[in-house]
Amino acid sequence: MLESKSGVFFVAGLIFFGVAFIVMGALPYTIYRGIPEESVADMIEKHGIVPEFVELAEKFPTQFKEYYGECDAESFEAALRRGHRIYTGEACWHCHSQFVRPVSMESSRWGPVAHAREYNNELQRPVLFGTRRVGPDLSREAARRSNDWHIAHFYKPVNVVPSSVMPEYPWFFDDEGYPNRDGMAIITYVQWLGSWLEEYPYYLGEGPQGAGEVKPVDMSGVE
Amino acid sequence: MMNTAAGSISDPTLGTTDGDRPLVEVKLVRWHFYMGIIFLLVSMLAGFLYSMQFLQHYPLKGMELFSPGRWRFVHTNGVAYGFIANIFLGMLHWVVPRLTSRPAASRALSYFIFFAWQAILVATVIGLLTGQAQALEWGETPTWVDPVALLGLILVAINFMTPIMKVSGPLYVTMWYFMAAFVWTVLVYAMGNFLPEYHMNGVAAGAIGGLFIHDLVGLFVTPLGWGMMYYFVPIILRKPIWSHGLSLVGFWGLAFFYPLNGIHHFLYTPIPMFLQYGAVISTIAVELVVTTVIVNFFMTLRGSGDMLRSSVPTRWFYTGMVFYFTTCLQCAFQTTLTFQKIIHFTDWVVGHAHLVMFGVFGFWMLGMLVYLLPRVMGRTRWYSESLHEWHYWITAISMLVMFFDLTIAGLVQGYMWKELASWESTLRASTPFWLVRTISGTGMIFAQFIFAYNVLMTWLGKTSKEPVKSPAVEPGHEGLATA
Repeated sequence: MLESKSGVFFVAGLIFFGVAFIVMGALPYTIYRGIPEESVADMIEKHGIVPEFVELAEKFPTQFKEYYGECDAESFEAALRRGHRIYTGEACWHCHSQFVRPVSMESSRWGPVAHAREYNNELQRPVLFGTRRVGPDLSREAARRSNDWHIAHFYKPVNVVPSSVMPEYPWFFDDEGYPNRDGMAIITYVQWLGSWLEEYPYYLGEGPQGAGEVKPVDMSGVE
Repeated sequence: MMNTAAGSISDPTLGTTDGDRPLVEVKLVRWHFYMGIIFLLVSMLAGFLYSMQFLQHYPLKGMELFSPGRWRFVHTNGVAYGFIANIFLGMLHWVVPRLTSRPAASRALSYFIFFAWQAILVATVIGLLTGQAQALEWGETPTWVDPVALLGLILVAINFMTPIMKVSGPLYVTMWYFMAAFVWTVLVYAMGNFLPEYHMNGVAAGAIGGLFIHDLVGLFVTPLGWGMMYYFVPIILRKPIWSHGLSLVGFWGLAFFYPLNGIHHFLYTPIPMFLQYGAVISTIAVELVVTTVIVNFFMTLRGSGDMLRSSVPTRWFYTGMVFYFTTCLQCAFQTTLTFQKIIHFTDWVVGHAHLVMFGVFGFWMLGMLVYLLPRVMGRTRWYSESLHEWHYWITAISMLVMFFDLTIAGLVQGYMWKELASWESTLRASTPFWLVRTISGTGMIFAQFIFAYNVLMTWLGKTSKEPVKSPAVEPGHEGLATA
């Protein structure tokens, strides 16, 4: 068996791999199956719209209307999805983890330790734990810094943090220097990460607002 | 059994078993090697570009197509699927027919796979550079490339399994590793690319992601690499492997423990703790298995130690094995929860990855290329043997410098984070290490260009004036290689 085709093919190739897959892959799956996966819409309904998104609409009404239309749950969802796609495509997740460990003083630096249920949503497909931290963990980034900070930082990080090694992203901005569709999306996504926590740091004085309670942004004068 | 591989030394005829069809499709071996070397250079240059970002001197800043993160994808995926996969495919086209005395399943299929694989690679690079990556480490290939790549891997398996299946009786060690690798690679690729994207989510998908990261190295690259060593080491040393029993222990130990390791990439996550312990224990078990393999190969070398000096391929192989033992020993420690507290998320892991992928498997492939390339190019000698020495020494020294540099950097970062030093100060503390990393990486790239130059001149049929100490092909066997 040890040197035969069938032994190698079936035992080593299929059975050993299968056993490992069942133990290390299928088992955690069955353990966590009880936590339902939330869609982006579910998340918004449950945790609301982050005030930073509303602020983008207030601050850049012309651009916002062009890219996202009205400031509501629907446009918030569109921005989150787009932001997630950019976060994935630009390899943000190779330098920023989304996972706070219960060791090495991490909860003092970043905030509450990661919990399994935080990862059962559509924007964690595939999961964005990350394996390297060149920059800070981002899973508790919501409302930690202002939109203005992010705008300046995405445009040229060293202007804000002189020792930063983060790349510049001028393609997140239009010709006049306002954040474009992608810029608003990535800022919305980053400001959303961790906004579901109770310990949410209320930078703008208020937490996420229920989808139905968002104060309508007056865009009547906008072309 | 043990002499199967060695036996093919004395049988230089390529023979024809299937009409006029040659046993080895030499042209295809050559093509895969050329593409592998091209992707090696491209991937390393991508890594160099990316490393410049860490020094705040990225040369192409502000250009969307040159976004550093996207070039990081090109760096790792180019190495895995461009360099390693191409070199392995060329090597398989040489080794499998010679060990089974039968050509690959179909000549047309072999050529189709060659072109299809290069097309997949080009599509991957285009997809990555236009921001369509999938958030799966080592599997960033865009989701629309994944099914095509999987189909390609299945075709590769069929192409090489067909001749293996026709062999009767027990198989030589190399064939165990190759057969298992064909099965595993297909399963691993399907599992990693599809389950976390479409069928699972959250923490469970994280466990699968961990399995994928690890299995891609452990169940695709490692078995093909060891299979290659079990074939080429006895041929070059002209003696059988020391202990067949240890070969058995090595293969079956690896086959059992390696697939269980994956979750060690995500320790202290919300993945159940008993699975994390299981992954740690099986990782340490792999180190014990690896020790038996290393003992086996070094006992094989015993009495032929002078080959390390005189034979460049042997030197590449055994340097790679020393590095292999180093990484596995390191892994047995770094995978423990104690080490993970400090080194996870740091450059320590980056150093480890470079030592494994380049210091071990890259070195083995370079050694194999030094041995095989002139044969498949129909040349009796290399353009220059002294260039091989430059290639070897610059690469090996640069690799060691990079490894120690990143390992120390990881410790500095890990302890500073634990002390709650400001993030900016940890960046400033890392800068000198990143500078050394870029310099040592430049050395590695420079050495590969020396090698590429040597390949080019050999291909052109040029010869340097230096005397030939070790002809690539023994006199009288020149006909061996011509297609």
